[in-house]
Amino acid sequence: MHIAIIGNGISGVTAARWIRKLSDHKITIISSESKFFYSRTALMYIYMGHMRQKDTQPYEAGFWSKNRIDLVHKHVESIDFAGKKLNFKAGQLGYDKLILAVGSKSNKFGWPGQDLGKVGGLYHLQDLDYMEKHSKGLERAVIVGGGLIGIEMAEMFASRKIPVTMLVREESYWNNVLPAEESEMISRHIKHHGIDLKLGCNLDQIIDDGTGNASAVIVKETGEKIDCGFVGLTAGVSPNIGFLKGTDLDLSRGIKVNKYLETNIKDVYAIGDCADQQEPTEGRRGIEAIWYTGRMMGETVAYNICDKQVAYNPGIWFNSAKFLDIEYQVYGTVLARPAEHHVSIYWEHEDGEKSVRIVYDKNTHEILGFNLMGVRYRHEVCEKWLANKVHIEEVLAQLALANFDPEFYKMYEQDVINIYNKQTGKNIKSKSKRSWNLVHQFLKG
Amino acid sequence: MSKVNESMSLANPSPPFLDLQQKLASALGAIGLLILLIAFGGYSFERPMMALISSLGLISVGTIWFSLRAYLTKSAGIKNDGVYFSNISYRGLAAWIAGIVITGFYILLYWFPQMLGQGAAANTGLVGLFDPLSFAIKGFAASQWFVYGVLYTVAILAFGIKFILKYRHNKYQVLRTISVMFFQLGFAFLLPEFLQAMNQPYYNFANMWPLNYYFFDGYNMASYTGGTNFGLLMILWGLGMVFIISPILTYFYGKRWYCSWVCGCGGLAETAGDPFRQLSDKSILAWNIERWMIHGVLLFSFVMTAGVLSTYFTGEANGWVSKNGFLIIMAAIVGFIVLFTLWRKEEIRQSGENIPLYIIGASVAVFILVLITHFSGYFLLNSDALRKWYGFFIGSAFSGVVGVGFYPLMGSRVWCRFGCPMAAILGLQQKFFSRFRITTNGGQCISCGNCSTYCEMGIDVRAYAQKGQNIVRASCVGCGVCSAVCPRGVLRLEGGKADLHSKTDELKTIHITEDQIQILS
Repeated sequence: MHIAIIGNGISGVTAARWIRKLSDHKITIISSESKFFYSRTALMYIYMGHMRQKDTQPYEAGFWSKNRIDLVHKHVESIDFAGKKLNFKAGQLGYDKLILAVGSKSNKFGWPGQDLGKVGGLYHLQDLDYMEKHSKGLERAVIVGGGLIGIEMAEMFASRKIPVTMLVREESYWNNVLPAEESEMISRHIKHHGIDLKLGCNLDQIIDDGTGNASAVIVKETGEKIDCGFVGLTAGVSPNIGFLKGTDLDLSRGIKVNKYLETNIKDVYAIGDCADQQEPTEGRRGIEAIWYTGRMMGETVAYNICDKQVAYNPGIWFNSAKFLDIEYQVYGTVLARPAEHHVSIYWEHEDGEKSVRIVYDKNTHEILGFNLMGVRYRHEVCEKWLANKVHIEEVLAQLALANFDPEFYKMYEQDVINIYNKQTGKNIKSKSKRSWNLVHQFLKG
Repeated sequence: MSKVNESMSLANPSPPFLDLQQKLASALGAIGLLILLIAFGGYSFERPMMALISSLGLISVGTIWFSLRAYLTKSAGIKNDGVYFSNISYRGLAAWIAGIVITGFYILLYWFPQMLGQGAAANTGLVGLFDPLSFAIKGFAASQWFVYGVLYTVAILAFGIKFILKYRHNKYQVLRTISVMFFQLGFAFLLPEFLQAMNQPYYNFANMWPLNYYFFDGYNMASYTGGTNFGLLMILWGLGMVFIISPILTYFYGKRWYCSWVCGCGGLAETAGDPFRQLSDKSILAWNIERWMIHGVLLFSFVMTAGVLSTYFTGEANGWVSKNGFLIIMAAIVGFIVLFTLWRKEEIRQSGENIPLYIIGASVAVFILVLITHFSGYFLLNSDALRKWYGFFIGSAFSGVVGVGFYPLMGSRVWCRFGCPMAAILGLQQKFFSRFRITTNGGQCISCGNCSTYCEMGIDVRAYAQKGQNIVRASCVGCGVCSAVCPRGVLRLEGGKADLHSKTDELKTIHITEDQIQILS
């Protein structure tokens, strides 16, 4: 059986690897973006000079032939679902089963000037090349949108000493995801890095310099004109499904899939950023453009293709990011606008760059989530507490078990507990420590 | 914490190139180097002590001032911006020049010391410049090794401060660097010099066989056993380090206790060599060359030492232990190697690594050689020649010329990774009998590659981290930089005995279990 995978991002490549583990099927991965799989999340590090493009490739060139995974570096123009064929500009490729792992594209919301030159997003390798091409002599960049990609782009320009202005719609950075205090912390941190963060500002239009290139932006709220030589559009991403419109494939914002990642067409599956779960797990969105979920879907689809049916189950939510110098990790449910029965224990270091937030249920006292800034917690430990709905006081007493900071780092668990004690009048004491033996005992016990 | 600089986005106060202060700092350092160069050229300074102090002072002040401007003007955090755009850190012209100059210095140092001014009667040139300092410390004239020791120590101290400034947010890095600075200054430099001043053997307590391959040389044996209790203490300490202290510390902490906290070679690599750490080759091919080469050197050093000692004990010079005693010691060592391998056979089998088996074969062969020597009276191989060739190829050419000279081209740990027999022994202990590992934080890895890129030992850390597998590699020196540069908090250096025999078994990113699967008919 020949399995074709369109897209060589984390989803498509994980699917290929798992199909190879589970079967002897012929596997072909098609991508027009790059010949070899690279880590999309590392794009920024290439621009900043931390790594070369080849350093972002997790596998050596020989890996693909060794695992009998064929790579085709071509653009799929259209798909003949009935005939089970992929059409390239020249030539065709037949398949028995097809996995669509076509990823995302940067959002554009119909702003005047959004298609001018010197305007770009940050998603593909080609976006990086475009940024690079226009960085020389650049005197100011304006970034529209304040999510994870926006702050990455700001850090990239800042690393080259190119002045950056960020237009962020919200009143505080990423406050539709981060709780108020963390959002404040990151807003402060962005300004601290000399980035001109303009909160509560929307893009009105991008001004043409007369040659088809951007030369300035106008801010909607203030009418202010900001001269710039590059405009970064980072207001989120959406599924890259333009070339599938008008086919028999059932589409929404993304490609509709059931819990087995099957589309409405037999033998066609969709995974990763482009998949829209029609029956998502409770509390989860249909489309999740996240590295980790892409990887999980890749594994799941491989099982389903290899006749071992398994429903996609992303498990307990986790994610991470790095905002300039501040690392961020989240486990479980931590809402920007907490539900009425969610209670937070929030501790922040006096340096204003580290914090721990633990959320629990006011009525049941079950642990609900962890939100960490500048402090590392151990995934499996937090996950086990969350899965077992452990009582908040038991979590607090054992909290040091979760600490994943390097050796000799100061531990703040008792400080966190003290906040809880203050809020409740209790007297919980930290009863654990940062120790692999104890962690192992906890996880296996 | 540097204060908020609101103007930065408007006025761009930090231009992409060096600022004025950094240019001045570089100029100071260059003047310091120029003084050394003038001395090397044969010019005799009127007041050499002043000239030397000025030179070393200017180099240190220049380096530290430069680093203060480079790092304290920015907030604490990972500072790898532009590493791959830099001429010096990514094999540009400056890197080639630096590589050629350092390589040239090592060639002169090892084989043409007279060109550095080392004289039979009186020193001139560069070595002569160091005479007053040598007199001040130990009462006699400098040698090329004294010059080398001083420059080496200055490099570790000045660049150590640079490294601490760069990683000031990371307490592990700060403490580790203070440790290598302390061991270089105290144990590797001052203490041996003072010992010599007190007419005792020159001895570095932190440098052990087989890295210290001349430890068992005839003249050293004679000096250790020359009748003083102090000499005996040193040889007991030396043996204790190899056979007791090092295995115990490696069991608890991994080889890092030595390689990135104590060792002088490691010390230079971690400080002056830090800008080059990303140049190490991460390919599987390089790993295979490494496995064979480093264990080959280990075997070479073992054969050479056995030969030197066999000859010593069967020769005229009878020391503190008899010919029979030596045979028993050799039997004990080889027996230990065989038993150790048998004891860890499960770990070795699981790792799929067959090098331990070759090591057993080779050590038994060495023992047979020693046995033949015992009865025939001479070592079958020419131990004198072995010792000379070892000294030339491994001691000088590999560890010095290639090991340091090629920093700017092949990274800072070429010697530690491909050549150091000490690292090989500690590595085998670390891989098969240590609590140490780098743990991976569940499924948080994004395969970005920072960990692999900045691994000076060329370990493809990401290959493990993205599977959610712990990293247990013989070569890992535990510098902790992979953990530091990870943007998602994935890696942690730690140890524990709870899962001593299954450290790498679990793959944590796999999220489908057998009971979730329905087999379709």
